[in-house]
Amino acid sequence: MQTEAKQAFSISDELANQIDQVLAAHDHDATQIVGILLEVQDLIPQQYVPEAVAFYIAEKLPIKVSIIYDCLTFYSSLSDKPRAKYPVEICRSVVCRVNDSDSLLDTLKKILNIEVGEVTYDGRFMIEEVPCFGACDVAPAIRINGKVYGHLDTPEKVRSVLSSLM
Amino acid sequence: MSSEVRFITKNFGKYNPDSIDSYISIGGFSALKKAVKMDGEDIASVIAAAKVKGRGGAAYDMGRKWSQARAVKGEHKLVICNADEGETCTFKDRELIKNDPFNLIEGMIIGAYTVQARDGYIYMREEYRHLRPRLLSAIKQAEEKGFLGDNILGVKGFNFRLHLYSGAGAYVCGEGTALIRSIEGKAGRPRMKPPFIKVSGAFALPTCINNVESFSIVPHLLLDDSNVYTNCGNGESIGTKLVSVGGNVRKPGVYEVPFGTTVREIIFGLAEGIPGGRRLRLVQFGGASGKVSDERILDTPYTYDDLKAAGVDVGTGSLLVIDDRTSVIDFLRYTQAFFSHESCGQCTPCREGNLHMKLLLDKLAAGEAHPCDIEKMKKIANIMTLTSLCGLGEAAQNALLSAMKIFPEVFAVGGAH
Ligand SMILES: Cc1cc2nc3c(=O)[nH]c(=O)nc-3n(C[C@H](O)[C@H](O)[C@H](O)COP(=O)(O)O)c2cc1C
Ligand code: SF4
Repeated sequence: MQTEAKQAFSISDELANQIDQVLAAHDHDATQIVGILLEVQDLIPQQYVPEAVAFYIAEKLPIKVSIIYDCLTFYSSLSDKPRAKYPVEICRSVVCRVNDSDSLLDTLKKILNIEVGEVTYDGRFMIEEVPCFGACDVAPAIRINGKVYGHLDTPEKVRSVLSSLM
Repeated sequence: MSSEVRFITKNFGKYNPDSIDSYISIGGFSALKKAVKMDGEDIASVIAAAKVKGRGGAAYDMGRKWSQARAVKGEHKLVICNADEGETCTFKDRELIKNDPFNLIEGMIIGAYTVQARDGYIYMREEYRHLRPRLLSAIKQAEEKGFLGDNILGVKGFNFRLHLYSGAGAYVCGEGTALIRSIEGKAGRPRMKPPFIKVSGAFALPTCINNVESFSIVPHLLLDDSNVYTNCGNGESIGTKLVSVGGNVRKPGVYEVPFGTTVREIIFGLAEGIPGGRRLRLVQFGGASGKVSDERILDTPYTYDDLKAAGVDVGTGSLLVIDDRTSVIDFLRYTQAFFSHESCGQCTPCREGNLHMKLLLDKLAAGEAHPCDIEKMKKIANIMTLTSLCGLGEAAQNALLSAMKIFPEVFAVGGAH
């Protein structure tokens, strides 16, 4: 299913236009490739950088596509595989774990009915385990598309965060 | 003795961090105005006299670093602010950027004046992307007011521009050479030194890297005519330090304390202690790469020397407090998992060592370890420390090795092998 999505991805004129704007905002400076990829990833509904997009950027910037893939596979905030509209990043660092992020993870799995790394049937949510994102003062915490939600120590709180995104 | 001081954080809440006019109205940029009337060497001396040590973890003499950077010859030099803040339980730089972005920028401009740099970079972790708009706008406002650009404050030839770069979820990119590669648009794998960064850093230009807190101290220090800073602490540990306290405490957060405050005051005073009547199991100092202790550390004054004598380090200034619900082994396994995940995999001791360490810890947790496994752990840990290419592999076993000293009973497994 994932490979289908990959093959099916084609760059719309609107997306091409948006990518061009990102490149222009970075002065077509190839040293800014990491920042460029992060911004472009935000433009794709499934929060990843499809192959077609990687090649498009490589040609437009220009930069070698191998450098793009070196970055995509090295940096954990970048993905070359489809994720979800709302990737739910749960902090699995020791600080959140001693504040019972195990229960938080269980709650997420139950509510969304998926395991870590899986995507819900409608492509909206997935669960990703990540290291400390610096929200230790509000542990246990999750992060969704850059926004931190902390103090998630009851299923009700988790439910209300998730439903606020529906 | 009440323990919080406001020196580095004195601007917090005093101005609107999105407005340069608001910053100027509380005296913002007067340190820079003073600085440009000074000789760069004298600025470095002020920092050296206050014995400021880098706040990113390695505690390198900051005055000395600036003086050395100044002495390096080069038409085009750089300063870089390390805002990668990847150590677990460390979130003080986040507070500095959030509450006082202009002071950081002012500190960097003073740094550029001192070491004669033409460009500056702030390398901020992706996890702090919510702070990007604030920093970008702060840089833009500083350009509009002429604090960034050409002939700053009318000083001929003092040209300096600031760029904001984003990390992308790689802890190792906090290491200097990895950070530099990331800024160059590459994967952030560390490289061997030499060449040293001060001679050949980003884009092979002479580069001076400091932590957010380090830069943030400078403007306040230059204006500190009444010696508020230098009157705090003693010996090698002068001034104040931002500590990030987290884990099992009632009030986790960032606190500014004078050096010499006891660990007990930080954990039980400022952070209000452990909730639910539970007992302290251990404290880890300075992030995932830091060492641990137990309640025996509580009455130790928080200074570089006292902590060192007690077997731990200041590091990034974090204190992770763990109560008796978590076992020492589980703590070590969580910490270990962090390093397995973050190892860039480039060199064998770190890549393979972390893997084997995980297997051995799992075995210990399952109650299946033999005495020879404990010996193996020590051996692998030492090999990693001695032979890893970068600080990540060198420090990954700090928690384990210190835990072996503090909690020998955990590693006292029976049986012949
Ligand atoms: C694996 C690793 C990660 C590091 N991460 C950071 C970091 O996130 N922030 C930081 O300021 N220093 C970090 N450092 C330390 C830096 O390499 C460097 O010593 C520091 O930025 C210098 O600034 P300072 O002298 O002001 O502390 C890290 C070092 C290593 C080995
Ligand atoms: S020590 Fe670890 S993180 Fe550092 S270069 Fe080697 S493999 Fe990479």
